[in-house]
Amino acid sequence: MSDSNQLTEKNSDLRTEFLHLQMGPSHPAMHGTVRIKLTLDGETVHAADVEIGYLHRGMEKSSEAHTWSQVIPYTDRLNYVSPLINNVGYAMAVEKLLGVEIPERNKYIRVLMSEISRIADHLTAIGAMALEIAAFTPFLWSMQAREEFYRLIEEVTGARVTSAYTRIGGLRDDLPEGFADLYQAAEDRLLRLMDDIDALLTKNRIFYDRLVDVGSISREDAVDLGFTGPVLRSTGVDYDVRKDHPYLIYDRVDFDVPVGQHGDNYDRYLVRMEEIRQSVRIIRQVLRDMPDGPINIDDWSILLPPKDAVYNSIEATIAHFMLIIHGIQVPAGEAYAFVEGGNGELGFYLVSDGDGKPYRMHVRGPCFYLVQGLETMIKGQMIADIIPTFDSLNMIGGEIDR
Amino acid sequence: MSQKALQKIVETYQDFILGTHDQHGDETVIVMRDALPDLFHFLKYDPDLAFDMLLDVTAVDCVKMRNEPDGLPEGHRFFVVYHFRSLGLRQRIRIKVPLSEDDPVIPTACGVWKGANWPEREAYDMFGIVFKGHPDLRRILLYDEFQGYPLRKDYPLRGYQPRIPMPTLKGDPVPGLEDSK
Repeated sequence: MSDSNQLTEKNSDLRTEFLHLQMGPSHPAMHGTVRIKLTLDGETVHAADVEIGYLHRGMEKSSEAHTWSQVIPYTDRLNYVSPLINNVGYAMAVEKLLGVEIPERNKYIRVLMSEISRIADHLTAIGAMALEIAAFTPFLWSMQAREEFYRLIEEVTGARVTSAYTRIGGLRDDLPEGFADLYQAAEDRLLRLMDDIDALLTKNRIFYDRLVDVGSISREDAVDLGFTGPVLRSTGVDYDVRKDHPYLIYDRVDFDVPVGQHGDNYDRYLVRMEEIRQSVRIIRQVLRDMPDGPINIDDWSILLPPKDAVYNSIEATIAHFMLIIHGIQVPAGEAYAFVEGGNGELGFYLVSDGDGKPYRMHVRGPCFYLVQGLETMIKGQMIADIIPTFDSLNMIGGEIDR
Repeated sequence: MSQKALQKIVETYQDFILGTHDQHGDETVIVMRDALPDLFHFLKYDPDLAFDMLLDVTAVDCVKMRNEPDGLPEGHRFFVVYHFRSLGLRQRIRIKVPLSEDDPVIPTACGVWKGANWPEREAYDMFGIVFKGHPDLRRILLYDEFQGYPLRKDYPLRGYQPRIPMPTLKGDPVPGLEDSK
């Protein structure tokens, strides 16, 4: 035993070992719904096991015990940041099974509300990502802007988040009086705040250094892993359901699909920023072109008859009774309907056996596939970069865990 | 939308096809399990199909269906349902594979599409369908001690689960490490 021996010991002889760290579910950046079992080599992520299911509520099972219309409130809770897109997607899936065509004005309103929700969704993603790398001000600004849009949603649907706005073959209600003016005020505020956020973040040295080349994913990996939405587009793939498989009236409006190049966190931020501006463009066209007319189909076997008729005619009373007790009788078959949600392709796979209840209802949530790819994105990165990477996916527990 | 792709699959795998339909515009091929690992490669790498995105994997338990399900052979209970999309050709297809209750085993698609990992785990979790060759077939949404498969039609809506003992404090196995005490 001599001191000189210890001094000559090389660095490579020192014993090192992996550190195991549980990140979440009770971690402010994990949004309470995800746990990552990390194996760390110093500060570098050696392996990660992402564990989901903390928000599982058996929504698909519950749907099988409810009528087709009663499932609509469940769809709000899938993506609680943009619930209206879920409402629209589910209603479209059931209408596909029924084979009904909804009125023109209804289509415009559905697109309008989807885009308003998309703006709220992207603002949340951008704000939260900025917040979690300690940029507090843009977070407050994006929340202010989002609140404007939640107020619009409240004006139309009666609730900020749990909207349950669509009906199968219709909508709960038409737009309120003077909606265009309300929207204009919100848009002015949004664009001002967007410029502020842009000025504070986009060319900010700290923000840039924290995000560029962090959490990168290649185009091939992203496609292979089933990525869709802004995260896929940030890798340079221009797949957008609204463009590639236009639904409702998306083929009649003019908008661009922004794509990134590197598939890193910074590109995802830029793609989302641009998509907000494109959504504003869509909404302007929708408000300009929206026709007057009915919003609901005229079929009492699908939609409840007006209250007046229910109280004053026996036919309407019977129709009302049948719909409430037995639900809509959807012909046997299966259908997969998909929309562009805030985070990508949101699909509803429905199977009917001709009953008043869904026989099987499956939700293809875009976040499920994004979080699946998280391990690929954080492997070999620093532990501090997990947080912005995780946030750039805009993980929504409701649609992953269902 | 993708009639050509459907035709090509039917021609190439004639002996294994149990039925096809394009209800509501969704082209669907119902195919026997025996065609499987091979069919996955064909779907992804054939230039006329090029289904490079696996969008969804799920299952349907047909045991309580009121109507006779299309293409479900005698004695079979489940359909495993795949949804594919091709980026380049912008086409979609749905593949359905019937499985029996006694032998709910199907080859995994993980080797062809990495994205099949989690949805297959979910189908295992919810229906008890075993994906042979899956690298990491564990429950995903529910906990390991959960008994039964909740989305099967014979699982009650409000099923009761027994209490589970407190987990030991040894720690969970960590991926990438042999020994993690």
